[in-house]
Amino acid sequence: MTARRAILLGAGGLLLWLSFSSAAHAGMLEDAVQGLASSSEDKVEDSIRSLGTLDDARAWPALDALSDDRLRVGADGKVYIWDSKTHDAKDPITLAVVQAPRPLKEVEVSNEIRRVAGPVLAQLRLGSPSAGERLAAAEELSKAGDAEATTLLHKALDREKDPKVRDALTLAVARVDLASPSADARVGALQIIKKLGNDEFLSAVQRMVSKNDQGQFNEPDAKVRAAAQEVVDAIAGQQRLVSVVGSLLHGLSLASVLLFAALGLAVTFGLLGVINMAHGEMLMLGAYSTYAVQTFFQAHMPGAFRWYLLAAVPVAFLVTMLVGMLLERTVIRHLYGRPLETLLGTWGISLGLIQTVRLIFGAQNVAVANPDWLAGGIEITHGLVLPWSRIGVIGFVIVVAAGVWFLLQKTRLGLYVRAVTQNRAMAACMGISTKRIDMWMFGLGSGIAGLGGVALSQLSNVGPELGQSYIIDSFMVVVLGGVGRLAGAVAAALGLGVVNKILEPLAGAVLGKIAVLAFIILFIQRRPQGLFAIKGRVDA
Amino acid sequence: MSALADVLAHVGARMGEMHSRRGWLLLAVFALLIAVVVPAVAPAYLVPLLGKFLCYGMAALAMDLLWGYAGILSLGHALFFALGGYGMGMYLMRSMAGEGVYRSELPDFMVFLDWHKLPWYWHGFQSFGFAVTMLLVAPGLLALVFGWLTFRSRIKGVYLSIVTQALTYAAMLLFFQNATGFGGNNGLTDFKRILGWPLQAPQTKTILYVASAIALVGTYLLCRFVVTSKLGRVLRALRDAELKTRFCGYESTNYKLFVWVLSAMLCALAGALYVPQVGIINPSEMQPSNSIEMAIWVAVGGRGTLTGALLGAWLVNGGKSWLTAAFPSAWLYALGGLFVLVTLFLPKGIVGAGGPLVEWLAKRRAQAAAPPPVAEPVKQEGT
Repeated sequence: MTARRAILLGAGGLLLWLSFSSAAHAGMLEDAVQGLASSSEDKVEDSIRSLGTLDDARAWPALDALSDDRLRVGADGKVYIWDSKTHDAKDPITLAVVQAPRPLKEVEVSNEIRRVAGPVLAQLRLGSPSAGERLAAAEELSKAGDAEATTLLHKALDREKDPKVRDALTLAVARVDLASPSADARVGALQIIKKLGNDEFLSAVQRMVSKNDQGQFNEPDAKVRAAAQEVVDAIAGQQRLVSVVGSLLHGLSLASVLLFAALGLAVTFGLLGVINMAHGEMLMLGAYSTYAVQTFFQAHMPGAFRWYLLAAVPVAFLVTMLVGMLLERTVIRHLYGRPLETLLGTWGISLGLIQTVRLIFGAQNVAVANPDWLAGGIEITHGLVLPWSRIGVIGFVIVVAAGVWFLLQKTRLGLYVRAVTQNRAMAACMGISTKRIDMWMFGLGSGIAGLGGVALSQLSNVGPELGQSYIIDSFMVVVLGGVGRLAGAVAAALGLGVVNKILEPLAGAVLGKIAVLAFIILFIQRRPQGLFAIKGRVDA
Repeated sequence: MSALADVLAHVGARMGEMHSRRGWLLLAVFALLIAVVVPAVAPAYLVPLLGKFLCYGMAALAMDLLWGYAGILSLGHALFFALGGYGMGMYLMRSMAGEGVYRSELPDFMVFLDWHKLPWYWHGFQSFGFAVTMLLVAPGLLALVFGWLTFRSRIKGVYLSIVTQALTYAAMLLFFQNATGFGGNNGLTDFKRILGWPLQAPQTKTILYVASAIALVGTYLLCRFVVTSKLGRVLRALRDAELKTRFCGYESTNYKLFVWVLSAMLCALAGALYVPQVGIINPSEMQPSNSIEMAIWVAVGGRGTLTGALLGAWLVNGGKSWLTAAFPSAWLYALGGLFVLVTLFLPKGIVGAGGPLVEWLAKRRAQAAAPPPVAEPVKQEGT
């Protein structure tokens, strides 16, 4: 008797036992499934129960078919699952399509059987290999909410690995425990709800801490009531957090659009002393360029449609930049030094641009679709989704602002621009072609607004009057931030955008806007040169 | 006796400062023309339209007083115009209490909103005198507070334009709200009568037209009086060189504030006369574009001339009436082109261009042989 022999024997025995037991198990499974078609209701119920004891996910299709009236009995007395779409009969366990001897007879199901089958169905589903199925099953079981369900859920919880399904199962257990007669179980459930923070329970928990018609608390135990109150507070706090983060994100994306507009304004106003009322229309032209690129891709390159937005960025930039440079050459350069006239002249240009777009694209709003990689969002917690489009816009503006900063601070062109801004005559004496700088910077400012139009097209509707609604706000940004100051523009855009969106739920959109305006008027009382005034002598 | 003579002499001298003898004569002819001849000969359907133009003319005068003489470009005058209009609208609504669709003491829109009490700021408007006082005082007060805050902190030029535009925009949003109590989107409309006269009757329309004509001439005289006074000279000095004027000891805030408030109240009066003639006032009158259009009236006619403002207002609005009917899609192009062309080629407007033209012709006649001098365009680089 060597050790080696013993191992061999043991292994053989184990193998034998395994094969026997699995064969027996398979036999029992088949028997139970066959029993589902029995004419005796008691036998059917017994079969369902034994399926529950066997706890084998393979039985789920048959049971599901039973409760959906898709279970049939063939002429050979065997059970088949009927697929009403393909008109095939399938084996109830392997789900292979088989030639079932016709006629197929439907298995009658009473409500009593359905009631018995429900929990077992959910239990089997809990063993399903698909996490989504397990999730659905957990929710179904928690709605049934009886003691039997609790044991099933606990069993499933023990073997569950997927964290999302674990949370769902824990909540399902908590939902059942919430109705349990034991106060400790209720407190435990409340603690779980508080930890996982799900606002679906809010009304149920609120009911616990409120009084009924007789003036008594719905929840008799004071300890449980205290726990429930904590849960209510925690959920309300979380809801507040969700709404604050939500409006913060909205504010940030509004701020991004404002910043796109204000960056260009800050540069042109600082450099040229020109108020460009047509600047909002550059946003609009950028958005319509995006629309045109989208239409082109739809018609000629449907295969590459997901990437149209990437092509729209340079197109919009170039279109608006060229329009801006054209305007500078033909109209605005004649108005330097006469800011009020420039204001009127550029307003006239904006009317012309609006009317042109209206004639080409129609007066109605056009739809610019989010490409699939910008649709959807990240779910931070329950009920808080950060849409990719807004995150993308915020990222985009950061890149563009950094680019403008780099251009102005680190390149030769930027050096020239700053020189001309500080002292035009001196810069010209040093050999800088101030006229060329004017033209390029006006083009750049318009191009940045065009990029803002691309961003805006992903957030809102695109119509001919799009720019008009942003021009006043973006001027406010420039006034608040200080003329020609990049950092001021960034800070003011952030401030205005976020404050606007945070005030909106509190005071309504209109009062929020008025409050912001009042703030600006009072603010420039204190600091007429804006947030980031240029230090030193300022010509009055 | 001599005191009276002194007064008369003083008045005569003052009148001489305002206009030459020929100017007064022309003004009298003009006043007679618009106040007597036009209503007598114009067909009845044209009377309200012409009355509307008179109100625009008043608003243009108010604008020119401010922009042309004090150099303050307000983009908020549509707000004052509309406020005056709302004041008149409130009187018209209250004077027909109980005759609305719902036969209620409250204006229809309040019944519709299920309000049961008149808001406090509507009280008293059933009296015409009170309404007229309020429609001048309320915009005046708003202008006073806003102007004091802005002029005090030396906000001027384009900054002032932008801030006034933002004010108007905010007010428009506020008036669009139903809860503000001025009828929301729809504003105030369906008026029945003014001072007991039915608004639909041709006689009432003619009377309103004549009242507007008289108000226009009065406004013109008041503006002319202001700009020819010492105050007017200080304003022009402030416009051209604010720092120097301040250092001469003139407190710029007070002068600006006076002309700003006066201009706002004149604009409100224009709005008050406008509303009964068009029969409606709603928040769209406060659109930013309306204020800017007022500026272009003045720019087209010529800033700092008063007569130019009138001419500009009538030319632009006449063109608008004709173009929007004949070529609807061309109107915005025409208006936009007007903005660009006037600012580029006609910085002094039509009236302003007339003076140099006359001079140029005279010179040309004088030096018939010599080539005409070419005007060197003066360009200011940077600030």
